[in-house]
Amino acid sequence: MLAVEDTHAALELSSGWFLENAWLIALIPAIGFALIIGFGKKMPMKGSEIGLASMAASLVIATGAGIQWMQRTDSASHGGDEAIGGAFSGVRGVLRASEGGEVEPYIEPVVTQWVWWQNSGLEFGLGSHIDGLSVLLLWLVAFISLLVQVFSLDYVRGDRRYTHFFAALTLFSSGMLVMVMSSNMVQIILGWEIMGLCSFMLIGHWWEDAYNSHSALKAFFTVRVGDVGLLVGTAILFFGANDFAVANLDSNGFDIRAIQAWALSGDGSSWTLIMASSALFIAAIGKSGQFPLHTWLPDAMAGPTPVSSLLHSSTMVVAGVFLVARIYPVFWEGFNIANGGLSFIAIIGGITIVVAALLAFVQDDIKKVLAYSTVSQLGYMMLGLGTGAWLPAVFHVFTHAFFKCCLFLAAGSISHSGSHHSFDMKKDMGGLRKFMPITFGAWCVSTLALTGVIPFAGFWSKDEIIDNVGANGYTFLFWVGLGGAALTAMYMTRATYLTFFGEPRGAAAGIHHDDGGHDEYATEFRETAIRSADLVAALPRSLSAAANVPGDDIEHDAEGDPAHGGHHADEHDDHGPHESGKLILVPIVILAFLALTSGFVNPTPLAGDALGANLGEGVELLKKYVEPRYEPVAIGETAGHAGESVQLLEVTPLPAAEAGADGKDAYATGCGRTDPEPGTVCYFPKVKHAVPELSKILLSLGVVALGYAAAIGFCIAFYKNKNPRLVGLTERSRIARGGYLFLKNKYYLDLLYQNVFVYFVSRPLAKATYWFNQNVIDGAVNGVGTSGKKAGDWVYNNIDQKIVDGAVNASGTVASETGHGLQPVQSGKVNQYGALLFGAATVGAIVLVILNVS
Amino acid sequence: MLAVNFLLLAAVLFCIGVFGVIARRNAVLVLMSIELILAAVNLNFVAFAMMNDNIDGQVFALFVIAIAAAEVGVGLAMVLMIYRNRKSIALDGLSEMKG
Repeated sequence: MLAVEDTHAALELSSGWFLENAWLIALIPAIGFALIIGFGKKMPMKGSEIGLASMAASLVIATGAGIQWMQRTDSASHGGDEAIGGAFSGVRGVLRASEGGEVEPYIEPVVTQWVWWQNSGLEFGLGSHIDGLSVLLLWLVAFISLLVQVFSLDYVRGDRRYTHFFAALTLFSSGMLVMVMSSNMVQIILGWEIMGLCSFMLIGHWWEDAYNSHSALKAFFTVRVGDVGLLVGTAILFFGANDFAVANLDSNGFDIRAIQAWALSGDGSSWTLIMASSALFIAAIGKSGQFPLHTWLPDAMAGPTPVSSLLHSSTMVVAGVFLVARIYPVFWEGFNIANGGLSFIAIIGGITIVVAALLAFVQDDIKKVLAYSTVSQLGYMMLGLGTGAWLPAVFHVFTHAFFKCCLFLAAGSISHSGSHHSFDMKKDMGGLRKFMPITFGAWCVSTLALTGVIPFAGFWSKDEIIDNVGANGYTFLFWVGLGGAALTAMYMTRATYLTFFGEPRGAAAGIHHDDGGHDEYATEFRETAIRSADLVAALPRSLSAAANVPGDDIEHDAEGDPAHGGHHADEHDDHGPHESGKLILVPIVILAFLALTSGFVNPTPLAGDALGANLGEGVELLKKYVEPRYEPVAIGETAGHAGESVQLLEVTPLPAAEAGADGKDAYATGCGRTDPEPGTVCYFPKVKHAVPELSKILLSLGVVALGYAAAIGFCIAFYKNKNPRLVGLTERSRIARGGYLFLKNKYYLDLLYQNVFVYFVSRPLAKATYWFNQNVIDGAVNGVGTSGKKAGDWVYNNIDQKIVDGAVNASGTVASETGHGLQPVQSGKVNQYGALLFGAATVGAIVLVILNVS
Repeated sequence: MLAVNFLLLAAVLFCIGVFGVIARRNAVLVLMSIELILAAVNLNFVAFAMMNDNIDGQVFALFVIAIAAAEVGVGLAMVLMIYRNRKSIALDGLSEMKG
């Protein structure tokens, strides 16, 4: 007995109803979508209640699944006997492996799968693959979607496609949920494409405006460029991993776990892995708005604000990040992250951080500032993933969802109630803090979270990413990350100042420059370059502002809305800024609260000595429950147990080399560093975790503080005091103007795509093809044609004319005569035809009878 | 013995139907006559199914009923269009197909 325990510690993992039926989380919104489309218009609330109910049900199941996942994890740590108690306590009695404690076994995901379709023995599954990552994101998506739908109740009230809006929103969430829980690549593609379609529908929600439908098309096509990468990458992975999966894991090359295991097994050639990970990362670039395919994301602001909020916080844009996180072993091996290779992902992430942050400085549309901010933050996530900081990146997805969603909803609240449907910070905002104190407070909390100020959520996650990037040896990217943090502080200060401080301008001051503009949609398509002469005129009133004025007057049928009720009459008259209604404020306040607190689910610096409060690793909940354990698992114990309520799983003993006394050597071997022992597979590489240091925390906080100080000083000097040395600098200084125009034109990337790719690439290509067509192909064709003609002439004169024509003419004559003879029969009278038909049938019947009888 | 009666009835129905199709000028009546023919055929199917102790004929009859419904739908729609265009549904006026 003792000997058995030495080699194989039998492990019972608890499971539960929510874990095994997690597929309901995605199915319920999908059914909700069908119900809204089918019956929504007849419902008392025009279908929005179905959307809300389905998201609420999803959230309940996702919460249940989350709790049961934590119990499952605990049941492994505690040997299965005291599973439930430790779920929320946050403090574990057992030490981690890195602390010299017992081995933390790999926690088997709960996979429930059905065969979707079969093709010559190859089964395409559809189901749920529930592990820490998917539980986290399922809960996040359901939660954010619910809040956004609550917000939309008031925000799009009275919209002419209200029902369709909720239908698309629900399907959109469903698509993300399908993707997040997918157990194989095919399902990932399914969810991915549902989201692509829904983003098109939602961004182009007000398609009457040409700008909006252009933006929707742009989003769709830009993402599609990346989608090609997803298809190619999936195909490469399938052909690479299929043999391994069939032989060892009783699954096929589409299965996520098979791909993970294959990538870490050392079975695939590095070339295959590089190709697959590059192709898949191109998909992630498109979906997650990474440089250079980020251009669609700011234009996606043409959609209604709840859409932007949902799109940019928890769904769609994090799909790319999720894809990388999900099959991380492929990228780990493909880009050689284990050995500190300067990976494609990290480079793109680093470039995106800076490029997008700089663009955020020249935006006057508040939503576009947030959009570029999102792009920049996604760059952080990619940077983290590309340098081996898996957990911080996923953690940043989690916290970023809250504060970015809160910022977007706050922007929506401002335009809804403060600036008369405008999003232009320079024209229609300013001084709004007095009118909208709650929105202002929520905005400030989220801004502090976004910029990474302790103790707000963004600090814990973003600082973790930067810290780990540095600790993994990427010194340059470490400084890029820090610089990005300073830039974030600066552009957010500018946006906050323009929106909430200073003198009210435009609509915020009660001036209605676009009154009567309810039908006046901006129809220009703003893809032309802004020239130097247009500098002053280059700030037209925000397009998305005009786009956000629906045909009906949306906010003024607020019956039953207590917040509107009181001062309803006068706000209708002067449209002055005021605080929004409760349906809008409640989601914002909830999100602001989470922006403040959500960082405490994984406060790594508190776990060590860095901040003087050594709470132990127990406070790192995400590290414990979300990050897959990097222990090898014996083959045969892993496959084919899906759906059983209690699983028996054997854990191989810890390789002796790992338990080295100093922490560094512990990462030299193990999953992802060396190939697993024969008979075992790895599902997750052995990632390093940086040990936080007080000096680094102070450095990053100092950088952020510096950014704030510089930006506040600049804002006061430029916007308030109108310092003559700064105002008009772009007109006076060539360098400043050049830089401003460069940013204002978004690095000319749109022009590049439109003009260079479309004109200079496709046009010469077309010309060359035409030339080739005319000269080479036509020449050959003509040569064949000439000789063919000569042969044809002879045949024509001798055979055709004399023999064939004779026969044809003869038959034609006969047919013609017959036709004339039978012409009377074709009388055009239906009755006569009927009579002929039945007469013929009768004759036929008589013949048959005679034949049969005789 | 019984089946023969059915077949006779079907034959009578069929003949009435054929007569209607050939002799009537009103398009709606022609359609009704076609229904009679189909009913006769159905009756035959069921009768033969009974004679041969085989359920297939009854299944066929159900299919024929469904097809007949669809056919009447199309036919009536055409009659309606003809009426709108010509203010008449007399079939002998319709000789555009004359060769």
